[in-house]
Amino acid sequence: MFTPLTTFENLFDELGRVDQGLDDWFGRWSVPAGIRSVARGTFPATNVGATDKEVHVYLFAPGLDAKKLQVSIQQNLLQVSGERSVQHNERATYFRQERYDGAFRRVITLPEDVDPDKVEAAYRDGVLQISVRRREAARPRRIEIK
Amino acid sequence: MSDQVTPRPANKPATERSGENREGRDTTQSFLRPPVDIFEDADGITLHLDMPGVARDRVKIDADRQTLSIEGAIQIPMAEGMEAIYAEVHSTQYRRSFTLSGELDTERVDASLNDGVLTVRIPRRAELRPRKIEVRAG
Repeated sequence: MFTPLTTFENLFDELGRVDQGLDDWFGRWSVPAGIRSVARGTFPATNVGATDKEVHVYLFAPGLDAKKLQVSIQQNLLQVSGERSVQHNERATYFRQERYDGAFRRVITLPEDVDPDKVEAAYRDGVLQISVRRREAARPRRIEIK
Repeated sequence: MSDQVTPRPANKPATERSGENREGRDTTQSFLRPPVDIFEDADGITLHLDMPGVARDRVKIDADRQTLSIEGAIQIPMAEGMEAIYAEVHSTQYRRSFTLSGELDTERVDASLNDGVLTVRIPRRAELRPRKIEVRAG
């Protein structure tokens, strides 16, 4: 009756509904979200990882026009904007159009000890990786007691 | 939802929640469902799938008469000892399948990958393409 394929697709749809439900639930209880946070599923999906020396930001943004990509940083706010244009085939019948098409902008708040002068970005296999060096930990200052 | 977090530091073992059954297959891995555009024209069906982070040698496409299955493994080189701070992508494996219909020629599937976008083209069997029929003056 149900092929494994059908069940698999339904499972992810259900998870999507659960996610939406959780968002609504938290919305009702007014749990504060980050002021620059974005809705679930905003393009491009982003992961952030850190070592002692660097913070790494990964934006999962396939099919980008690298010429239209803009990466800028101010203090610890990283901003990435660009455009992903999906070519549309006029003569064809479309059954699904799920891929994001259009301009995007993400602002990511990084740990406060990042050094905005030491940023590197690379785009490979549809992932934009941005690495920012962290400042050396400040030495503790002795405070004189008068 | 799985709490498996990506990126994973290179020196950490695979997620603690990974289970293995007797055959040694991972049973608790969660998958990413790549968004897809699918369209059809007179010559066949084309799919565009977003699979950022996947290189050409990590794509697996299986096509038999009934099913088209697509898998892709994300591999991003990562620094040692990296901790995850924020993750919207929770898995490293893309997977999606479609049932096909008989007029598609699965022997001649064509696939290409560019900047994380996988394009799959399945032509219609030549003898089943819609043919224009000329009307003779009679």
